Amino acid sequence: MTWDWGRAGEIAPELFTTGLKVTAQATLGAAVLAFLLGLVLALALRAPTRWVRLPVRVLIELIRSTPLLAQLFILYYVLPSALGITMGALTTGIVGLGVHYACYTAEVYRAGIDNVPKGQWEAAVALNLPRLRVWTSVILPQAVRKVLPALGNNLIGIFKESPQLALITVVDVLGLARQLGSEDFRYLEPLTLAGLFFLVVAIPSSILVRRLERRLES
Amino acid sequence: MNPCSSDLPGTVGEAMPFLCDGALVTAQATLGGAALALVLAFAAGLAMLSPRRLVRVPARVYMEFFRGTSVIVQMFWIFFALPVLTGYRLAPLAAGILALGLNLGAYGAEVVRGGVLAVPRAQREAAIALNFSPYQRMRYVIMPQALAAMLPPLNNLLIELLKATSLVSAISVGDLIFESKALINSGSDRAVVMVLVMVIYLLYAGLITAVMRLLERRMARMLGREVRPLWPRRRRRSAGGELTVAAGGAR
Repeated sequence: MTWDWGRAGEIAPELFTTGLKVTAQATLGAAVLAFLLGLVLALALRAPTRWVRLPVRVLIELIRSTPLLAQLFILYYVLPSALGITMGALTTGIVGLGVHYACYTAEVYRAGIDNVPKGQWEAAVALNLPRLRVWTSVILPQAVRKVLPALGNNLIGIFKESPQLALITVVDVLGLARQLGSEDFRYLEPLTLAGLFFLVVAIPSSILVRRLERRLES
Repeated sequence: MNPCSSDLPGTVGEAMPFLCDGALVTAQATLGGAALALVLAFAAGLAMLSPRRLVRVPARVYMEFFRGTSVIVQMFWIFFALPVLTGYRLAPLAAGILALGLNLGAYGAEVVRGGVLAVPRAQREAAIALNFSPYQRMRYVIMPQALAAMLPPLNNLLIELLKATSLVSAISVGDLIFESKALINSGSDRAVVMVLVMVIYLLYAGLITAVMRLLERRMARMLGREVRPLWPRRRRRSAGGELTVAAGGAR
């Protein structure tokens, strides 16, 4: 058997409307969660007391060294029975993906904050700025600007990992492709289209991020 | 006591025999994927440093292609779509290892390239001055130092590989995740099963890091560099603000 253009044309519209919408929701939802929670974790890693720092450090290491899929299983299968928390598959996926990437993003922010020159802190102290203003007007704007490319890479990472949600029954591009393939056991066209979709988005995005990186360096 | 025996109390005894089978398959997938990824990483990484376009471009294309999509998409394609084209179906574990190796190899290529580029230029020039052949330059001067630079990022990559092996469960390979899902479906206590699964993954991740640390020490000794202690002492800031070495952690 070979490639069937008719079948490809038949499934493409559904794949790139219904499936695409779910993939976009999952990616953007998880990214917002990851970038916000990541910042909270990064700040918690700098907390004055080790009773905050240590548990956060352990949590980040735990999440980073176990598979996302195992974490999704915990959210999807264990939480409802253990704590009575039930979320829809897509919500579960967004939370799982977001928390997983928050741990990577925390490291990114941490590096950015560490890279702010000491003089900036000293100047903020000399100006007698309140602590909150120091963070919001002096440190974070500089820190975030420097790590924008890394955040962009994390966004692409989230996008590329999002098809894992298909394994907890989310019908994203990959999930839908699998469903369409199982209709007539011809997986070639739907899976190839799905793969191409991820390539077509991810490769130009990473080129853009690389360009941003070069621009920020100069 | 055998941790895989079914004599253990409660859900643990119920689950561990199955999880041990799964852990074995996860180890196979990790080792198989690592072997393939390492070969591909060195081939593509060195090819990208070639002065010839004809060698560089295919390596670059391979890298961009496999880094552009995730393992799960590639695995599904190799397992479900490829047989339609070739008429030949790979065994699930083989398809899984192939996808893992191809994907992680693409990331590894960048590590290999970076490692070689991190060797100071003067080392290459000195080897040329000593009339080493290109092969000798690579084998005795560049590669040993490049390997030392590659080990820490390779450690991270191996952990990523370990995590990615969880995806083989989606093409019906009986790994840890597959077994845990089967246990959950047959009514075992879900929380206990998932805690055990997480602990096994953490043990594996710890094992990988320990082996890589030992390799790092060996490499450092071979190169006559300072050998880092196996358990790095924690540096802590004392009240005065100077760095002091805390007593804890030394072994």
